[in-house]
Amino acid sequence: MNEPDDQITTISTEALAALAAVSSIEELDERVASIVGKRSAFAAVQRTFGSLDPDERREMGARLQEARRAVENAVESRRAHLGDVQRSSMLEADRLDLGDVVVAARTWSVTAGHAGLVGTTQAELEDVFVAMGFAVAEGPEVESDWYNFEALNIPPAHPARGMWDTFYVDLGEPETVVLRTHTSPTQVHLMEAAVANDALPIHAVAPGRCYRRDTPDARHLAAFHQIEGLVVDRNITFADLAGTIETFTRAYFGPDIESRLRPAFFPFTEPSAEFEITCTICRGAGCRTCSNTGWIELGGCGMIDPAVFEAVGIDPDAWSGFAFGFGIDRCAQMRHELSDMRALVENDVRFLGQFA
Amino acid sequence: MKAPLSWLREFVDLPESVDEIREALDDLGLVVEGIEHVGEGLEDVVVARVDEIHAIDGADRIRRVVVDAGAGPLEIVCGASNFQVGEHVPLAPVGAVLPGDFAIARRTMRGVVSNGMLCSARELRLNDDHEGLMVLDSMIAPRVGERLVDALGLESDVVFDLSIEGNRPDAWSMFGVARDLAARFQRPLREPAVATPNPDSVTADVARGEIEAPDLCGRLTVSVLRNVRVVTSPSWVVNRLERAGMRPISNVVDASNVVMLELGQPTHPYDAHRVVGRTLRVRRARPGESLVTLDGVTRTLATPGRGLGDTGEDCVITDGADQVLGLAGIMGGETSEISDSTTEVLLEAAYFDPMTIARSSKRHGLRSEASNRFERGVDPELALRAVARFVAVLRESVPDLEWVGAPIDVRGVVPTPSTVTVGRDDVERSLGTALPANAVIANLEALGFSVIETNDGDLSVVAPSSRPDIRTGAAGRADVIEEVARVWGYRRLSRHTPTWSEPGAMTDRQRLRRRVRAIVADAGTYEAWTPTLVSESSFSLTHDGSSPVRITNPLAQEESILRPTMVTGLVAAWGRNVERGFLDVRFSEVGVVFTHPRDSELARRTRGGAGGSVDLALPRENERLTVVLGHSDDDASSAVVLWSMVANRLGLADVVVRPADAIGTGVHPTRSANLVDRASGAIVGVVGEVDPQLIASVTGHQGRRLGLLDLDLDVLADTQAVARRSALAVVPSRYPSAVIDLAFVTPQSVHAADLGHDLAAASPLVESVTLFDVYHGAVLAPGNRSLAYTIRLGAPDRTLSDAEVAGARETLIAVGADHGAILR
Repeated sequence: MNEPDDQITTISTEALAALAAVSSIEELDERVASIVGKRSAFAAVQRTFGSLDPDERREMGARLQEARRAVENAVESRRAHLGDVQRSSMLEADRLDLGDVVVAARTWSVTAGHAGLVGTTQAELEDVFVAMGFAVAEGPEVESDWYNFEALNIPPAHPARGMWDTFYVDLGEPETVVLRTHTSPTQVHLMEAAVANDALPIHAVAPGRCYRRDTPDARHLAAFHQIEGLVVDRNITFADLAGTIETFTRAYFGPDIESRLRPAFFPFTEPSAEFEITCTICRGAGCRTCSNTGWIELGGCGMIDPAVFEAVGIDPDAWSGFAFGFGIDRCAQMRHELSDMRALVENDVRFLGQFA
Repeated sequence: MKAPLSWLREFVDLPESVDEIREALDDLGLVVEGIEHVGEGLEDVVVARVDEIHAIDGADRIRRVVVDAGAGPLEIVCGASNFQVGEHVPLAPVGAVLPGDFAIARRTMRGVVSNGMLCSARELRLNDDHEGLMVLDSMIAPRVGERLVDALGLESDVVFDLSIEGNRPDAWSMFGVARDLAARFQRPLREPAVATPNPDSVTADVARGEIEAPDLCGRLTVSVLRNVRVVTSPSWVVNRLERAGMRPISNVVDASNVVMLELGQPTHPYDAHRVVGRTLRVRRARPGESLVTLDGVTRTLATPGRGLGDTGEDCVITDGADQVLGLAGIMGGETSEISDSTTEVLLEAAYFDPMTIARSSKRHGLRSEASNRFERGVDPELALRAVARFVAVLRESVPDLEWVGAPIDVRGVVPTPSTVTVGRDDVERSLGTALPANAVIANLEALGFSVIETNDGDLSVVAPSSRPDIRTGAAGRADVIEEVARVWGYRRLSRHTPTWSEPGAMTDRQRLRRRVRAIVADAGTYEAWTPTLVSESSFSLTHDGSSPVRITNPLAQEESILRPTMVTGLVAAWGRNVERGFLDVRFSEVGVVFTHPRDSELARRTRGGAGGSVDLALPRENERLTVVLGHSDDDASSAVVLWSMVANRLGLADVVVRPADAIGTGVHPTRSANLVDRASGAIVGVVGEVDPQLIASVTGHQGRRLGLLDLDLDVLADTQAVARRSALAVVPSRYPSAVIDLAFVTPQSVHAADLGHDLAAASPLVESVTLFDVYHGAVLAPGNRSLAYTIRLGAPDRTLSDAEVAGARETLIAVGADHGAILR
């Protein structure tokens, strides 16, 4: 072993010893240059290599680099260790036994809080439907393709699945788990449960959050809220559907707001309809919002498709029913003439504070 | 779909009023999403010849052009450069008003007076072409001074932009829309003019057509057209295509497009000389085969994709040498494309299985006008009618075109049109409105259904081949009834609000959710809506080491994981408001957080996959109330105060604050506690502070404390796990209470709440126990503190005697001693 090699071992040993003596991050920051940096023995010995012949210089340089890197790694782990020690001593100093908080001795500053616009709108809608005799039901946000699609008469690979821009969840086989694209899967859960418990009829609404793979803009968010209605009973007709929509529309939007239905296509209802209501901005006179038609589209509805009844095991000759669904956020948007939906998720207190 | 009114009027006499037609279309479910007026405002535009082009000093984008529009030389300043002297272009003279209320005035630019404007096709709203001026010489034989509308044969028109629903492939054509309108207005429907093949020749003598995959291809017709010359289409074809939103290409391709738009049948013309053996054969693609489609992309065939239910099946058209010519029903290949030198056309008009086309088109990410139609279901009986129409259209530019007789027509499997029995009362039972029987029959017949009325008034209805959406049985009945209602008009149907005996109701869980939302809002929090989809780094901040629930196809990587907590989102919301200068904000949110099924015993099991036959483990969805307290003086103690308000308002019997170290990630390790139901041991949530490291990572703030309350609503809603106070009312005693204060020195390990609880249970005379002071001081032994309680003693029927009070006091002190507490 030649002399510089020996020297490198000594430098490393001394550097590691110096490092072990460092007891805080501040001290480490201060001393790192003299342990392994520009002012260190590593740097000093490197300067002496200039006098070596090229081959030797290369070899010694590599060894020095290796030793230096080992010390640098030791510096980083020392830094992490000191950080942990420092954090735990800080946390220890900060310790508070919450069981000893004397509630009676604390003051609570009184400020006005604000419920969220979507939640409030949902509650208002629920109240209208509860008054009309509906129960309120709920379903999960992550669904299987069976509930979100197939039981709703949308078979695998069917182009109708393209009607919804679906987020797929990375579970199970490809495209079997989804973020629900609508609240309609709750219909299937309700019907399956009613069949299993022999508990028909069903009169329920199901509000909830849904997701569509749609780039957010002023009119759409990728996450949104829908409310779904489901009635399964004896002798339910399209007239009952139209009447229910009409009663709801007047109750929620006001007595001068009317509703009308026009044909549409949804795989899970037949006959199907879109429902429109009198434009709430111009009250039917015609304006930009309603493209001068006096009407704005609110949601979809229809008589439960016999294929859906078949999927859940309900006899379509004995029972009939209708379903409807529309956007909760959209109701909020209309009622408050909200020009940009993205405000709903920005959580700016200047926005949130406007709503009672 | 863009539907020019003039085209619809070819097939049915319609009312004058555009509004009336629009209304009818909407009411038929062919929703009008927009109306465009074309060819209006062009009355003043004339054909001008370019006589001189000069540069303008100091201007490199505009030039001085001298034109003649029949009234002598006229100087115009023009920015386009795609024309030459001698060519003809449209001129809007001074005073003209172009579509969009664009008035042309005399202007001076760079000292040159411009006496009007030379126009592009887009400026005239004729098509989207804005590359330069509309040079007329390639389109017509222009005459100087002629009105442009006369020169181009333009008539003003209205174009409806219709939204055609997925179950109405029959309506995805001008003729289909006209059929619905004819039914609604009760007018007859006119067929378009068609050609007939040459009876003296036989196609099978010169060409071949074979189906090797009858399940994928239900019908293949092959026609041979001779004496073809590829030229530009007549102006009426160009106008129709442009108004319908398609680009004219050549007379052969345009004829194919016109027929598709008009009747809904895609056809594919091949250059017969470039198809080996003049043979078209339909078969499954084989693994390893590939094809360069017309868009220049190489497609690998017969390889299953990721999609659910994807078989990897591709249906292809091959020639006599078994070379793949095209992806059937989706897009042709480059090799057999029509070119300027084509003189003989092999025309394919076929029916392909909709699901096969749908899967192929999705897998290859290749959608075309043809695939959109085939995947919804083209009328299998339409093929030869479409060919006859194709020939009639093409003949207008090629008068001596020959259609070789007896076209090849081979069949595979096509769906049989449904026969549906509609009972006498079914329409009323479904719609709740009794329609006249003859109206029901007339409406259906107008749509092409055939209807036979049986003796007892039931209807036997056979769907036309154009209506693959009509099913059989109960579903088919619903389909037919929708058709009846559609033509009758939904607006004419009666309405009735149903009632039932069950009262409307919310569940206890829903009431609880509303209650907690109201309580925390009343306490001064703003209710936030933070993102469900978060980034990998946001997930790792709190849940490093556990499994994220990932989205396969996120819009952005920052939104690719289902949130494991709402704390991070609320801290971020707080941070953003602080940045905007709102320093004292408290946020709350009620929402769901997700746990990967691998990491949770509470994962949901459900059915999924084809037919719902697969057992799936879905993420646990845990509903929580999370509150982040961000007033400048908020801390863990504030969170405890908030918790005591919430617990009181919810009427919880005995949930205690139980300090614990390292409760969870994102939670301050030494300033947090579990909320534990003493009886059941259930953990209702966490109270304390947000981990300072999380605050620093998310917002950059050091040294700000954020109080935290994070409640598990799933647990809170379970009244077995979390006991409520008794519903029984206790009337306070009318006799005065005795109030005593007791201070106990206890080790820190004794929970103040536990001691308080046992003190309250020590004697029936104890009315209430309230902790009012905690004292740590040098006078106490290390690890001890003093807990001071106010205790009210009383009895319902008397004032307590001094002896009774003293006795109770002794009992209380003894209970303290059981906890190792010494009276101070």
